Amino acid sequence: MLDAAIALNRFGLGARPSDPLPSDSKSWLIGQLSAFQPRPKALSMIPSRAEVVGQLAEYLAQARTDRQAKRSMEPASLATGASRQADKQPDPLRRYLRQSIRDDYLAMNSARLNSALTTDNPFAERLVHFWANHFAVSVDKLPVIGLAGLLEFEAIRPNLFGRFSDLLLAVEQHPAMLVYLDQAQSIGPNSEVGRFAAERGAKQRGLNENLAREIMELHTLGVRTGYSQTDVTEFARALTGWTVSGIARGPMARAVGGGEDGAFHFAEALHEPGSRTIMGKGYSQQGEAQARAILLDLAASPATARHISTKLARHFAGDDPPQVVVDGLSSAFLASRGDLRTVYRALINSPEAWAAKPLKFKTPWEWSVSALRAVGQTSIDPTVAAGMLKQLGQPTWQPGSPAGWDDIAASWAAPEALMRRVEIAQRLAAGAGSAIDARALAEKILPGSLGDSTRTAIARAESPQEGLAMLLVSPEFVRR
Amino acid sequence: MLTRRFFLGVGGSAVAALSMPAMAFAGAGTSRRFVFIIQRGAADGLSIVAPTGDPQHGGLREGFDADIAGGTKLGSYFTLHPALAEAGKMFVENQALFVHAVASPYRDRSHFDGQNVLETGGSAAYQVKDGWVNRLLGLLPKADSKALALSDTVPMALRGINEVGSYAPSNLAGPSDDLLQRVSAMYDPDAQLHSLWAEALATRMSAGDAQGGGRNGGAIGSVAAKLLSGESGARVAMIETNGWDTHSGQRARLAAQLRNLDGIVGGLKSGLGADWANTLVIVATEFGRTVRPNGTGGTDHGEASLAMLFGGAVAGGKVIADWPGLSTAALYEGRDLKPTTDLDSLIGGALAQHYRLEPARVMSALFPESRGRAFGQPVIA
Repeated sequence: MLDAAIALNRFGLGARPSDPLPSDSKSWLIGQLSAFQPRPKALSMIPSRAEVVGQLAEYLAQARTDRQAKRSMEPASLATGASRQADKQPDPLRRYLRQSIRDDYLAMNSARLNSALTTDNPFAERLVHFWANHFAVSVDKLPVIGLAGLLEFEAIRPNLFGRFSDLLLAVEQHPAMLVYLDQAQSIGPNSEVGRFAAERGAKQRGLNENLAREIMELHTLGVRTGYSQTDVTEFARALTGWTVSGIARGPMARAVGGGEDGAFHFAEALHEPGSRTIMGKGYSQQGEAQARAILLDLAASPATARHISTKLARHFAGDDPPQVVVDGLSSAFLASRGDLRTVYRALINSPEAWAAKPLKFKTPWEWSVSALRAVGQTSIDPTVAAGMLKQLGQPTWQPGSPAGWDDIAASWAAPEALMRRVEIAQRLAAGAGSAIDARALAEKILPGSLGDSTRTAIARAESPQEGLAMLLVSPEFVRR
Repeated sequence: MLTRRFFLGVGGSAVAALSMPAMAFAGAGTSRRFVFIIQRGAADGLSIVAPTGDPQHGGLREGFDADIAGGTKLGSYFTLHPALAEAGKMFVENQALFVHAVASPYRDRSHFDGQNVLETGGSAAYQVKDGWVNRLLGLLPKADSKALALSDTVPMALRGINEVGSYAPSNLAGPSDDLLQRVSAMYDPDAQLHSLWAEALATRMSAGDAQGGGRNGGAIGSVAAKLLSGESGARVAMIETNGWDTHSGQRARLAAQLRNLDGIVGGLKSGLGADWANTLVIVATEFGRTVRPNGTGGTDHGEASLAMLFGGAVAGGKVIADWPGLSTAALYEGRDLKPTTDLDSLIGGALAQHYRLEPARVMSALFPESRGRAFGQPVIA
């Protein structure tokens, strides 16, 4: 296995037939740390945040109106099967809005894929996907469907090479995250809105700890690293007021205020007043600055350095990464005060990440991207793209939990999953027709990596299409 | 006023077409249909139409080709594989014609290169850039030249400057048994993938996904017939069949392959109804297989094989072969059936007769690198 093959396939997104072999693999990767484009052409047509949030607000408002209308029309005791049926079929406006939101998702998913297919900086692009999974949101919550892609495009891509704390802050203030982890609706019990609600006996709304917990457990420190439930609750209190403009409607919206639809907004009226203490440290800041200060401390913690380094190492140096790689990345992280470029450089310079044998079983996303790149495809129909990833078991931005997708072979190397890859490979190969000679392509995209048994198997295939399908599911190609 | 249709009706003979080719091009069409079925993987012609009358046959293939005993007799010398039941009936009705010991100009043994030659009509791989079926469209009256590939993409034989559609019935798509088998072999040395794959295949079998042939073939034939029917339907179509590369377990695999093929041809016949009378189906493969079975119950890549012509338009009921014989001395390189009939000539001749076109014109358009002449014997009624 040549270093060039490792650079293209393990660090990159899979070689394209048109890619020259990097002559110096490490410089090729390091060069991408500056050449990366946060907003390449493939992403130029994605819907804007205001558009997405506008549709969402309209949908939620309509849903509320429908519910109220229903309640006023028939008392609950009279609710019949027929009316429940009617509730399942939302009115045309809601159906239309739901479809528009779904279209936004499809457009963003294919923009992401097209960017991955056309990029000349595949290592940098892979890092985008890594962070999008680290800061996972999931589109099984309706309000997240249109926003998930924007989190990646607006918060992650522009902060890929800055400090970890900048990336962290951009993500936690993004509407997708604030909505997904229920922060947008969290109310400080002693805030203006909180007291007002308490006076009127409204019990159902108040503090929500979801975002605070996941920031500590998943985004920064890592689970069981010494923080307590009290720390989570204190952090949740500090975070109150962090919300999104334009999503709330009615009296709540007036109390909260805000700017342009979808913008991050600090709502003083929701914020729990007072100082907070987290892991023994006091935070006496006022307003938005309080949670911001806590985030900065979390970002700089050695536990965070270890957590991030372990995940990065696992992504490149194997499911069970060598401790020496984790330690190396961790020290780079701490010494540079979370400078991500320095961390990536340390990764590139870890000899263990260059082991000349496959270290990773590709996830469905990785496999799809590399397969499409291998056959020279540069774009893909949005519906087909979404369908393919769903069939393979990894629909984009839908890991189902804030922990994101697993990054170990045991989660992906499964019998049925392998059969799905063969089916898709066969379809991709049929689509490529006989224009591609898999024998030549195999040597080109897996330079110095192809085993004799795979080479022979491809050469003996009964048609060019079959040979190509076999290349795409070969042991060398399903791993990196 | 004399309409073009009427003119053609009067002059719809070989002579008229020869003397007035321009008129034939401007014509309103002949309602003739042509279907090319490719057998990818090198089909074993010796097992499909077995030379049971050849004195060497028993010694070489007895036991290995045991199924052939139950097949349709095609005269005294050849026997048709019993899995081709519909084809056997067509033979009796003079709608099936078999030409044996045929081969394209390709004399090597690579599937990729062999199929490229078969589809482009060149004499060497990658020499000609478009396909002979596409070039045929340029020779036909506009109304006869609407063409369709029954696959995801347009196969090489149909590619070129003339417009071609493609249609893939999605419920018929899916990895072939052949691909699944080859993946098994490829994963054999890989402990992780081998065990995962074994389990995946077991699940697939128990779910009943594995097709025995026949059923699927009939559906493809019916879909093709539908697309070839009616005023606005296609007139030329190509159907791809995979899985003929029977290096092991040939007896069962070939039977399944042939049931599938028989289903396609039978589906075309029943689906086309009255139009079947104007239809020519040509079935051909890139090369044949070794005369002697190998050590794994299969055969390896060889040379000459079999071409099959079906349809109401065919002057069938016969086997045409300049039979080279099966004695070792008669074999190509001592191992393969020797090619004695040029597949290009056969195709060129059959199409010239089918469309009443000048044979030399057809040959130079379809097989520009060929020095052979169009097949002269009558194959079209």
